[in-house]
This record gives sequence, structure tokens and C-alpha cells, in this order.
Amino acid sequence: MSVEDLTPVEQAITVKRNQIPVAYTLSGAIALVVFFTWAPWILPASWVTILMNFFILVIMATMWNLLAGYAGMVSIGQQGFIGLGAYATLYFAIKGMDPFVAIPLATVICAVIAFPVTYLLFRLRGGYFSVATWVVADSAMLIIGSIAFFGGGTGHYLPGLTNISYKTLNHDIYLAAWFVALFVVVATYILLRSRLGLVLSSVRDNEVASRSSGAKVTSTRRTIFIIAAAGCGAAGAVLAISQPFLQIGNEFNLQWAAEMLFASMIGGLGTIEGPILGCVIFFVLQQTLQNFGAWYLIIFGALAVGVAIWQPRGIWGFVRDTFHIEVLPVGFRVSGADVVDSPRDVPIAWRGLRRTKGTSPVDADAP
Amino acid sequence: MIWVNVIVSGVLLGGFYALFACGLSLMFGVMKIINLAHGDMAVVAGYTAVFLVPKFHLPEVWSFLIVVPVFALLGYVVQRTLFQKSIERDPFTTLLVTFGLSVVIENLLLEIYTANAQSINIGSLIAKSWQVNQTIYVSYLSLTVLIVSVVVLGALQLFLSRTSTGRQIRAVSDDREAAMLCGTNYRHIFGIASSLAFATVALAGIAYGMYSQLDPTAGGVNLLFAFETVVIGGIGSLWGTLVGGMLLGIAQQFGAHFNAQYQLLAGNILFLIVLAIRPQGLFGKKVAMS
Amino acid sequence: MSDSARSSGPDLLAVSSLTIHHGQLCAVDDVSFTLGVGEVLAIIGANGAGKSTLLRTIAGLHTQTSGTITFEGEEISTLRTFRRVRRGISLVPEGRRLFPSLTLEENIQVGAQQPAPGPFDMDAVYALFTWMPERRRQKVGQLSGGEQQAVAIARALVANPKVLMIDEVSLGLAPIVIERIYEFLPTIVAEGIGVLLVEQDVSQALAVATRVHCLLEGRTSLVGAPNEVTPADIESAYFGTATSPSPPSPEVAT
Repeated sequence: MSVEDLTPVEQAITVKRNQIPVAYTLSGAIALVVFFTWAPWILPASWVTILMNFFILVIMATMWNLLAGYAGMVSIGQQGFIGLGAYATLYFAIKGMDPFVAIPLATVICAVIAFPVTYLLFRLRGGYFSVATWVVADSAMLIIGSIAFFGGGTGHYLPGLTNISYKTLNHDIYLAAWFVALFVVVATYILLRSRLGLVLSSVRDNEVASRSSGAKVTSTRRTIFIIAAAGCGAAGAVLAISQPFLQIGNEFNLQWAAEMLFASMIGGLGTIEGPILGCVIFFVLQQTLQNFGAWYLIIFGALAVGVAIWQPRGIWGFVRDTFHIEVLPVGFRVSGADVVDSPRDVPIAWRGLRRTKGTSPVDADAP
Repeated sequence: MIWVNVIVSGVLLGGFYALFACGLSLMFGVMKIINLAHGDMAVVAGYTAVFLVPKFHLPEVWSFLIVVPVFALLGYVVQRTLFQKSIERDPFTTLLVTFGLSVVIENLLLEIYTANAQSINIGSLIAKSWQVNQTIYVSYLSLTVLIVSVVVLGALQLFLSRTSTGRQIRAVSDDREAAMLCGTNYRHIFGIASSLAFATVALAGIAYGMYSQLDPTAGGVNLLFAFETVVIGGIGSLWGTLVGGMLLGIAQQFGAHFNAQYQLLAGNILFLIVLAIRPQGLFGKKVAMS
Repeated sequence: MSDSARSSGPDLLAVSSLTIHHGQLCAVDDVSFTLGVGEVLAIIGANGAGKSTLLRTIAGLHTQTSGTITFEGEEISTLRTFRRVRRGISLVPEGRRLFPSLTLEENIQVGAQQPAPGPFDMDAVYALFTWMPERRRQKVGQLSGGEQQAVAIARALVANPKVLMIDEVSLGLAPIVIERIYEFLPTIVAEGIGVLLVEQDVSQALAVATRVHCLLEGRTSLVGAPNEVTPADIESAYFGTATSPSPPSPEVAT
């Protein structure tokens, strides 16, 4: 196609953000919010506990997805911030503060700690970065574990909860988990629809081009890392309240990393709905197989490995790209008569998901 | 005199860490894979030695004769199937796949063998040590492991520098495409490298089972040691791995000297310092820099 | 295509209607040519014309969108790179791409891993490039650009290929060095090896080639023997300065 073949665009090109009309998504969202807020009074107690744990995992998975799916930073050390958030809450509670009030404080502390950590971690790329995050988390665990104030190796009860009735406490913890999760998801959604989100997707597609267009890549990454640390800190704080006997082996457990990673991968990396879907699948598996020990995790992990190799967009990614629906859209939809591509949204592409024909030597080698 | 003990124990530990690390270093150097299941493979090798080898009526101390070749084969197969598919996606995928593999393996071990610790029975060898002088003891086991690791590293180095396959491995590490243009079947070479990595890590796992106790989660901490050794010593240098392992061992013994709880932390701190000042390690090329 | 300079030997390599894309960009558009025994075919064209992509695809590093590649009568498009090398197609890539951690000798030895029968073994190559034996243990990073190019060519030769492709022979080299490199071409061609080279320097290409093939934005703009084409033809084919608005015709008759 040479230059002479292009005709002037006769019809206007429109750019939209939502495919499903906003009225539907908004009313659906409001219904959900009402339902989950009233849940402790509607649902049986065991369901409430499950939902609470679900929301804690949603916070973690959403943050991990922000890091890995949008900013391209694969961290296997977020459990470090979960633990730090938990122990910060413990600290404030021991000093006499209401643990619930300590949640935002713990969040801020994790953000503050994350800032200098980025200067060390950002010297690395790829797998080195990932393992380094784990070393940092491991070090945090060892440091906390060596401080007697926090209970050392044996553990410490979270004070400040004993004078609340059991039922009220359960309701309160649930609501804390729910509202923090809601806040985190909404905040992430707003963030990704903002200019920052645009920078992120441009960086993910082509970092060099992005830098040369003036995008502040490193400071954007730093911001995301700090946000993710804060989010995981909040999750850790809520976790501490929900399981008030804190042990370093539990709060800093690598299993949190595994769960948030698998949930995000299976649900769909690079989408907001994906991690939530992944968490749903996780809990379904866990509840179904709860009498079979660790099998739910084995299956979840195997599923994640399979998804990584064969369907890296994850379930929601697949649904979104096949049926072109987005519940929480963060991209742009360009449509118009003479647009070269058929009208579909400019997806937030992730390098690994697109296998363009014959671009790398590995791909090109005939099967 | 205490410091001499710290250094001696650290050096001995270094041999063990180097054995763990050389496979990781090989896989990263050749295929750019960080195998997060590396430590768990060692643990599986240890479990194989404890549970499956006795069925051949072989004393556990000789279990490596069976386990190492089996793992060499396993390494080749896993590389040509699972890892090759992941590599063809991108490095991100390999990280996730090996991480997932690690979690699956650990939990499978937990389900099948429970959380009880296991160890490899080497009879009276475990307790014997050589008294150098008043304060320095060198256990036979540690010395044997150090000698084995030096021999293994030496053999690997010879293999890489003197044989055609070894040359091809080095060529593929330098420039995969150019190697392909010279007629190298890089997938096969990857398989060989993986085979070597699995064989050495199996040896390391068996040594670990003799030293210490195997449990389903032991893979994690060993991966950490292997990774720290590789970073401190430097990617791409086998002897650097030995030096790195010794430095890590010394740092850990140093920390343990003050407080048993500081042992692991001291190693982590050395690792983070090297990362901050010289990320390519002591003998490495600049690979991991931003 | 009336091509009086064609050698009468059988075709070693035949490329037919080859179209190659880089993502959405069409790098090579419907290109065809043949290469016979002992021939030197020079591919010329401006930067970005698709020359390197073409060679890389023939070598197997890249997959074509459509078209066929035939070597000694057999379609090789489904073969992996290393298999094509073992059949007898070698590519000396752009930028030399020597192995930095290997010595000079080791670099060449990698090329000789599964050599086909033929005249070029280590000794023959050392006889051809007489400066090499005494520097065989040097790391290749210490060699000059011209020396590295020689090593890269030697590395490809020791496999005893039937078709030798060289991408950007003279890139970054001084004219006198380029001359020295091309001095070896007759020896190679005399053994019956077909040579396909990409050359930025048009006069150099015309001096050594039996045929010249010019690419313009991925399409063939000129084909002919050096004595059949005028400098004006080449200039218009190279730069695309055709006066008519339609795409330039694929061949210029004498």
C-alpha cells in the first residue's frame, strides 16, 4: 500500500472507553456494594469468614497484578510487605492503639519502607529482580523474628481486641477487609484510567519509545512499587486482625506470594477483573478440596503453570479478547469507518502474550 | 582462633553451596532461566535417595550412583518439554512456571511424605571429624563434600573448555542465534545444560540430606543460598561460584558466631551489599544490570 | 528473465515469490531469484530495503509469510536453522556475531561441529588466512574489524557449505580491508560454492558479482549481470527515482 492509496477519512473517528453502557455497570456495581456491605447480616458466619479471606486475597492479587501485569515487575517478595503491615499493626496495638485504626498507619509505614528498597531493587532486571524481592522479604522476616518485642520465633497475640464481642469482632473484621478491598480495587481502576495508566501501558509495549516520548519510566515504576507495597501492607494489617496470633512463619509466608501470583495468572494478568476471578477460583478450589490437605494448592499451581504456557492472558483475558467485553475498562476503543483495524479496543497488550509472526529467532524456528 | 574456625567452617560450607549453585548458574548462563524450583529439585533428589534407592538394596550413602544419572535424564526431558515451551514465550513465563513448579513440588512432597523431616543415613560417617588442633575440627562429611564439589566444578570446567559440546554450550550462552547459524541445535544444547544442572543439584541434594534434614520446604532456603552464591561469585564463572559460596559460608558463620538467629540474615546482608555495589558479582560479566 | 550471464550449472538455491513481514511491516515483497553453482549473486539496495531480512529468512531465523525456498530441489521452509546449515546453507550474519568468550580457533571450531565433506577444514582455512594460526588462541574481541570478518567467514566455511551467504561484507571496514576480504572470494567460488552476498558498496558488488539483484522497499527493482546494467539503471533502481507514478518494473532489459 503506497501513500497514494490512502483516502482522506470521511467519517469521524470516535474514541470511547466503555463498551457496556455505563448505566449497567454502575448499577451493577452499586448492587454489589450494597450486598457485600450487608453480608454479615444476611449470610451465615462461615460464609462471612470465607468472604473476608477472599477480600484479603483480592487486595494482594490486585496489587501483584498492578506490579507484574501493568508495570512489568515480577515480585515474589510481596509477602515481605504483608508481614511488615501485620507487624506494624501489632506494634501500634501493643502501644495501645485500636488495631483497626492502625490499618492506615501500617499501610503508610509499608509505603515509606518501600521507597528506599526501590533504589536497591531497581538496579536489577528480570529474574534477578524477582529473586532479590524474595531476599528482601526474607530479610524482613529474619529481622522481625530476631526482635523479642514482636515475639521472636514463637509469636505474639494482637492486643486490643479482647473487649469486643465475638460476633461484633467478626463483623468488624469482615467490613475492614471488604472496605479495604473495595478501596484498593476502585483506586487501582482510577489509577489505570489516569495518565499514569497510559504511561504504564506504553512502557509495557515499548520502553525505549516510551522514554523517548518523555514518559518518566523509572519514577512511574517506583510509584507503582510503593503503591503495591502499601496495598500489601494494608492486606497484612487486616490479616493480623483476622488471625490475631502473629507468627513470622505465617505473616511472611511465601505461600501468600504463590496465592496472589497464581490467582492473577489464572484469572488474567493485565486486567482488573482477572485477579478477582482468580481469587474466586482459588476459594472454590480450596473449599471443595478442603478435606484433601494441600491438593487444592497443587492443582491451583499446576493450573497456573498451564495457563502461563498455553493461555497467558488468563481466563478473563481470553474472555475479553474473544467476546470483546470489559466490565472495568481501562483502555480506549477507537471506531470509525476508515480505521484500518476493525473496531475493537486498543488492548493493554503485554509483550509475552503476543506472538507476532517471525520476529524472534526462537519463534521463527519451524516447529 | 575463633575467627579461624569461622573461616574454616565457612570455606567448607562453600563447597556445598557451590555444588548447589553451579546448576543454577549454568541454567542462567546458557538459557537465561532462573529456575525457582532448583532448590526443590535437590530436595526431591534427597527424598529419592531416602525412599526409592533402598528398594535396590543399595546403602543410602551410595544412592547418588542411581539418583544422579536419573536426574540428568530428567533434566534433559524437563528442559526439552516444559522449559522450552516457557522460553518460547518469554523470561517472565519461565519465572512463573518454575515458581509454580516449586510450589507444586513442595506441596506434593508434603502430601506424599508428610512434613516429617528425613535424612540420609550415612552411618558413622556423620560424626567423625578430623581434629586439626585445639579449636579447629573439620568433619569428614564437610571435607568430602568440598572435595566432591571441587572435582565436579573442575570436571565441568574441563567439559566446557575442551569438548565440542562444551564449546557449543559456551557459544550458545554468548549468542544463541549465531550458534544456530553454525549448525548448533540449541534446543539440544539447552537440554544438555539442564541435564548437567539437574545432575549437580541432585548431588547437592543428597549432600544436604546427609548434612542436615530434608523436609518438603527445604527447597526454598537452598534456592536462596544457591542464588546468593551465584550473585556474589558472579554469573558465568564456575570458580567464581566456589569463591562466592565460601564467602557466603563465611558471612553466615560470622553472623552465627554472634547469634544463631543472625546466620541467615548475615548471608542476606552480604548478598544485598554485593547487589548494591557490584551486581555482576566478583567474577561475573555485567548481565543483571538495568 | 533473459540472463545471459547465468552459469549453466544446476540451481543450488531457488527463492520463489518470497514475502516476509516484520509484524505488520512488509519487509520483502514477492522476491524471486536463483543461485547456481559457483555463482556470486549480490543483493544491493538502500538501508531498510529488506536485504538482511531476506538472508535471515533463507537461513531459517525468520519465517516468511508466503513463498518458497528451495535448496537442491527440496523445499526447506519447514526446516530449522541448524538443519539448513547441515544441508549446506551457511550465513555469515551482519555484524560478524563472533562468540566473545571463545578464542579465534574455538570460534572456527564451533562452525566445524558437523562438517560436510569438502575442501575446507581447519588447515585449509589457516592456509587461506595465513595470519590466523599464530593468533589462534586470542580472544576475538582483540581482533580488528577486518580480522573479525575473516574469522566469521572462516567459521562458516569450515562447515563446507554449498551456499555461502554473507550479510553486509564491508560494513564498518576500511576500503583496503574490504579488498583483502574479497581476495578470498575466487578461491571459495572455485570450489563450486554459490555465494549470496549483501553489499552496501555498489561498486564493490559490481566488481565481484556474476549477477546483481537490487531491492527497493522490499521489492525487486533490478536484476542483471554487471556488464548488462548501466550506472543510471542502478541509481534509479537503488533510489527509486522512476519518473512514472506506477511501481517500478521488476527488470530492466538490455
